[in-house]
Amino acid sequence: MADSRNDRAAPSASMLVLEGVHTHIGQYHILQGVDFAVPRGGLTMLLGRNGAGKTTCLRTIMGLWRASRGSIHFNGKDITRLQTPDLARRGVAYVPENMGIFAGLTVRENMLLAARSGPPDEVRLDWIFGLFPAMKKFWNGVAGNLSGGQKQMLAICRAIVEPRALILVDEPSKGLAPAIIANMIEAFRELKRTDTTLLVVEQNFHFARALGDNVAVMDAGRIVHSGRMDALAADEALQTRLLGLSLESHQ
Amino acid sequence: MSAPVSFLGELLSGDRPRSRVLAVLLVAVLIALAAAPFLFPGTRSLNVAAKVAVFIVLVASYDLLLGYTGIVSFAHTMFFGIGGYGVGIAMGKLGAGWGSLALGVAIALVAATVLAFAIGLLSLRVRAIFFTMITLAVASFFQILASQLSWFTGGEDGLNFKLPPMLLPSTRLFEAPLFGVDVTGRILSYYLVFLCALGLFLVLLRVVNSPFGRVLLAIRENEFRAEALGYRTVVYRSVANCVAALGATCAGVLYALWLRYTGPDTTLSFNIMIDILLMVVIGGMGTLYGAVLGATLFVVAQNYLQDLMKLASDGLAGVPLLPALLHPDRWLLWLGILFILCVYYFPNGIVGRLRKTRT
Amino acid sequence: MSADTTVIAKQRIDWVPVALVLGVIVIALPFIPSLPTWVTLTVAGLAMGMMIFIMASGLTLVFGLMDVMNFAHGAFISVGAYGAVTVLLAMKPAMQSASMLENLSAMLPAMLAAIVLAGALGWFFERVVIRPVYGDHLKQILVTMGGLIVCEQLIHVVWGAESIAVPRPANFSGALTFGDVAVERYRIFAVLLGLAVFLAMWLVLNRTRVGLLVRAGVENPEMVEALGYRIRRLFVGVFVAGSGLAGLGGVIWAMYQEAVNAQMGMQVMVLIFIVIIIGGLGSVGGCFAGALLVGLLANYTGYVLPKLALGSNILLMVLILLWRPRGLYPVGKA
Repeated sequence: MADSRNDRAAPSASMLVLEGVHTHIGQYHILQGVDFAVPRGGLTMLLGRNGAGKTTCLRTIMGLWRASRGSIHFNGKDITRLQTPDLARRGVAYVPENMGIFAGLTVRENMLLAARSGPPDEVRLDWIFGLFPAMKKFWNGVAGNLSGGQKQMLAICRAIVEPRALILVDEPSKGLAPAIIANMIEAFRELKRTDTTLLVVEQNFHFARALGDNVAVMDAGRIVHSGRMDALAADEALQTRLLGLSLESHQ
Repeated sequence: MSAPVSFLGELLSGDRPRSRVLAVLLVAVLIALAAAPFLFPGTRSLNVAAKVAVFIVLVASYDLLLGYTGIVSFAHTMFFGIGGYGVGIAMGKLGAGWGSLALGVAIALVAATVLAFAIGLLSLRVRAIFFTMITLAVASFFQILASQLSWFTGGEDGLNFKLPPMLLPSTRLFEAPLFGVDVTGRILSYYLVFLCALGLFLVLLRVVNSPFGRVLLAIRENEFRAEALGYRTVVYRSVANCVAALGATCAGVLYALWLRYTGPDTTLSFNIMIDILLMVVIGGMGTLYGAVLGATLFVVAQNYLQDLMKLASDGLAGVPLLPALLHPDRWLLWLGILFILCVYYFPNGIVGRLRKTRT
Repeated sequence: MSADTTVIAKQRIDWVPVALVLGVIVIALPFIPSLPTWVTLTVAGLAMGMMIFIMASGLTLVFGLMDVMNFAHGAFISVGAYGAVTVLLAMKPAMQSASMLENLSAMLPAMLAAIVLAGALGWFFERVVIRPVYGDHLKQILVTMGGLIVCEQLIHVVWGAESIAVPRPANFSGALTFGDVAVERYRIFAVLLGLAVFLAMWLVLNRTRVGLLVRAGVENPEMVEALGYRIRRLFVGVFVAGSGLAGLGGVIWAMYQEAVNAQMGMQVMVLIFIVIIIGGLGSVGGCFAGALLVGLLANYTGYVLPKLALGSNILLMVLILLWRPRGLYPVGKA
């Protein structure tokens, strides 16, 4: 965004920029100065050990936790103090770790709620059903009766029911069977062809390597590495240092 | 010099007032209560003093739940009533002896423990809010029960009963008046109530300052963390509920002994429950000294504020609305507003306020 | 948008509690000596249940959506009733008229007054009293108890301390007889009104977008926000609507009791709590089933075992909690 003046650290290539973000939850100091930028387009993977602060990072971006210090810019605009619904209205979608499915509502009702500007059009729905055929099959079924994998699909479908600028996804592969992970990877590849930017938290390194264009690694509430995914994938020593084990060893 | 100080510390279980003003107020209340028959002779003022002593125990035991455990119960008056009815029924049916008194107290204590345990078992497992609603339901049921089983409880009229001869007003302990006051059985009754109340208060102080009390505080602060540290929160809350119930039962026993009467209006009524809530919050939650100040202030206000309001109300006759707002029966309106303001602005009540401004 | 196949049942409804309500009605039959008595008791029980439902539904929904336990709900009931009674007393001639239309010309404004007054009080409460203590149950209970005390006292100041007799309109008093069976007209009215409220709530919750949002919000308010909806506005709306319903229930209850007093709200609160605990906190359907159970059981036991009548509700609550610790229809928070 060339028109914004206050984005020295936010080059126009970056869609989302975090600068020195601190987040406290109760008495715990979780994020301790997070600095990183999500480039426009493509998929950025956020990796790190359990408890490194990845989920808190996504929740802070989404406004579900408040940053106690630092700033977050989205498209060059300061969104640090923005309320969650306002952020959503600016085109940020969020898929939480627990998927946030409304279990008592049908798949259709879940999708209707996600589509803020009215019922989704046929073309869009057909595209989504193409990605996740199960959604068409269970369209009028109660979401609570879906399997774990189907719930995850529904959660992602909700995020893409309308075009969004940025989608935050927390561990999409968590607890899924390998076949479903393969389906999920295909779907994310298709998503990457649209002009949506994705920021995905992951623990599954196979998934991360298959999809990531860029990568940031967190540890103890800070970003300890950021760069290209393929560079990290090629450097086993770096993987071991950052993540405690190499991506390959996880296979 | 240090020996009496450390003895005092031991007596208070190391829980000192931590504020000079508070210490002075507490000592003043203690002296006033200890010397009440001689300082304020007269039936009404002795009644006020006895009620203050009983309510200090009642409110302090409630604070164990509200302030220390962080759960709201509406069944505290039910246990208060169990104490009262236990004594009333035993003395009424078995005669005015010390033996029947002891039996009544014992049965009341056992019944209260069992009931408190059952309520906790049923509701504390789910959510604290469940406990609140269920205690309300059970307490109102008990209240109806007491007024329905009139052959046993005296119904709405309650029970009048006799005390052992030693405690009767007609008994004179000494030939000559002491400090100008005839020492009657009534005064002996007062000292029985006062000393028991003092003892119970010190026991409660010991409970909240024991390791058990500290776990309760930890649970109140952060239930998940306490659970993660291995404390079974349900067990601790249930035990706290039982201890609080026992405290209320004892208070009920004392109150019935003092009044030589027990009935729905003096023990079970929902209004008393509201009074207790007001006393705890205004005095200060989470500190037993709050119960002392809250109960004293409230009972004195209940008895004397209304006179004041009557004066004001009469004085303002002719002005619209104001006389109605200051009508003596509307004193609860003002305490209710004070209560809400306390919850928002002084969550630790008077005691918290005093401790904050200590030098 | 149409989809061709439906594999999973459209809406899963747990029929067990429904069967329980019907079961209670059927099981009561052999214990009651005559059929007409049984019909009368059943209608009375349903009427009582419907009235409790109207009063309780708002409270359970507010709890489900906002996790707020509002003890001052009882005050909304009383204030609604007093407001309506003021209107009713001012329209005595219309009340006593034999014409149904004239009766209604007094009833409807009275009911409207109850809804508006209680709703306005609810709005004030949400903004001033409850908003600072969201997320803190302990303070919510204390503050709303305080609110209840103050409201009761203010009722004394405005309407006096004595209880006020509430007239029933001519067409709503007396009984209809069908052969041996006599049924009070007012009870039929209460049943119909309760059904109407339940149906209206059901339609709003299941057939409108706002209803969809409320249902979603009960499950997971945070996700509703993350989808771009300001849940605060929804909160306020539901709170005001729930308070209005409490007021409506208040006037219906007052006319049923033919009297109002300031403690009335707190007295029915005990029944209301039992009902929403039985139903499952936050569940409108559960509230409905629970209210009917409580109403029916109170009337049957009142006739068969009058000594047990008072305890029947507590006993019912204990049994249901032992069977389903979170109530008939547990509402799962994600």
